[in-house]
Amino acid sequence: MKARVFVTLKPGVLDPQGKAIHHALEGLGFDGVRDVRAGKLIELDLADGTSDAHIEAMCRRLLANTVIENFRIERLEDAR
Amino acid sequence: MKSAVIVFPGSNCDRDLAVALREVTGRAPAMVWHRTSELPDRVDFIGLPGGFSYGDYLRSGAMAARSPVMRAVADAAGRGVPVIGICNGFQVLTEAGLLPGALMRNAGLNFVCRPAPLRVENSQSLFTSGYSTGEQVVFPVAHHDGNYQADADTLDRLEGEGRVALRYLDAVNGSARGIAGILNDAGNVLGLMPHPERAVEPAHGGTDGRRLFEGLLETVAA
Repeated sequence: MKARVFVTLKPGVLDPQGKAIHHALEGLGFDGVRDVRAGKLIELDLADGTSDAHIEAMCRRLLANTVIENFRIERLEDAR
Repeated sequence: MKSAVIVFPGSNCDRDLAVALREVTGRAPAMVWHRTSELPDRVDFIGLPGGFSYGDYLRSGAMAARSPVMRAVADAAGRGVPVIGICNGFQVLTEAGLLPGALMRNAGLNFVCRPAPLRVENSQSLFTSGYSTGEQVVFPVAHHDGNYQADADTLDRLEGEGRVALRYLDAVNGSARGIAGILNDAGNVLGLMPHPERAVEPAHGGTDGRRLFEGLLETVAA
């Protein structure tokens, strides 16, 4: 079983990296970009039957820093 | 004073801190590898050095904060043993939950490496008794992720309780309210981005950092 964890900065937390990417896009002539926020995608290959609570615990204890980041778990049940 | 310096894979200021401690206390600290789950007996002081533990993987300090030795450091901090986290050590302390807030990428995105003028905001702590409140000092900074952030309530509480130990006097990294160093609520854990251990001997270009270790030695010995 596979799961993806998306880690993103909480709304309102300044994202200097996203700002720099935004600038670079504008520099390349891509207009119409209102904002850019950069985050992380973590892919987990897990034992079958791993519970949501278990994955959530991994996120809270290590994968995300909940002071500044949110996380979202996406299960890919049939990805084997 | 019996001190210990924790060494993580990727620490690079552990020797600087050890030299500073030996110079000021007259006794070389125990160098404690991160996999160890116990600290030397009756340690009086613990230092978490600067560097790039685990290559800053995931988040600066995130991996180091979960290493076996950190449980022992948290226990010691809970018993009132003074703990200082410098630069990466500060990042480790926030990731370990021993200090509030988080250290994010510098607002200017650049690695900042220069002497930084600071103001001592509270000279009543274990670590700052060698200074006077409001005094200006210069410690070198060298970091990429030194932008201190916390929610407004936390920042208000830190300021209200005198837990902002040091503040930058100019724009260094975008830190909320110019915060360079903070104390835990018991006052025995200090995290700071600037490097006092790199301002101990005249050859360093300044000796303002020396009084931090001297003040600590005096309080611990008392």
